Amino acid sequence: MSVSLEQLEIGQQIGTTTIEVTRADLIRYAGASGDFNPIHWNERFARSVELPGVIAHGMFTMGAAVQLVVDWAGDPAAVVDYQTRFTKPVPVEDLDDGPGAEIEVTGVLGAIDADNSTARVDLTVTSAGQKVLVKAQAVVRLW
Amino acid sequence: MAIDPDLAGRSYPAGEPYFVGREKIREFARAVKATSTAHYDVDAAQELGYRDLVAPPTFAIIVSQRADAQLIEDDSAGIDFTRVVHADQRFTHYHPIVAGDELVAELHVDSVRAMGAGAMITTRAEISTVEGGKVATTKSSIIVRGEEQ
Repeated sequence: MSVSLEQLEIGQQIGTTTIEVTRADLIRYAGASGDFNPIHWNERFARSVELPGVIAHGMFTMGAAVQLVVDWAGDPAAVVDYQTRFTKPVPVEDLDDGPGAEIEVTGVLGAIDADNSTARVDLTVTSAGQKVLVKAQAVVRLW
Repeated sequence: MAIDPDLAGRSYPAGEPYFVGREKIREFARAVKATSTAHYDVDAAQELGYRDLVAPPTFAIIVSQRADAQLIEDDSAGIDFTRVVHADQRFTHYHPIVAGDELVAELHVDSVRAMGAGAMITTRAEISTVEGGKVATTKSSIIVRGEEQ
């Protein structure tokens, strides 16, 4: 474990990262998770239900954003609680060169619970300048 | 099709156990761009003190969405899957999920709230090992959009 409770301060930034997303990433997530909703891979279908185009799975964004917390904690199982609301879809464009969307993630220490040896990381997750996850919070157990 | 207002309080018993395989952990980890070696390398996972490969923090969604499927595929519930939007999600872990676990999930419908012509449905999956050890609670809300007039 790379983090100890005594060194922590509320408001401290734990890191920031950019996740590049391609259409292939969405196909891979559909297969791995079993969520084959066509809005995540079929442009025609997505537009027919009034979406701007193919959008990322909310659970892809949630799952990828927490990596910042795992890197900080040093252990994926240290994330004992993780929640978010999904507010805006992340449209992923079909491009030949480069990612179809970028997701920016920043983590700030929101709370420290010394009795339970846990710290809460509040994530700000945006794409194209819009907040896509709201109240994204991960509680990490520290040893 | 309309949402059954008496859905709240309904529960669905655990179905067939889900066997957590090493390759599924690796596949899911790659799919969410997780980079911790504990998802891929058994020695690295054991160095952190785990019996086998450790699942990423949102892996339990596979098990809880299988449990949710019982509700969505239940004709008496009246949910049109093509009109479903994921509104929120929470994972609370009591025990790490590692390769070799056999998991079962009991599904509870906690609330149903009318939203215009549609509804917000909150479900909770209580995930445990087949031996009975508590592993995780997952909560999720979906919005079923009403038919346009």
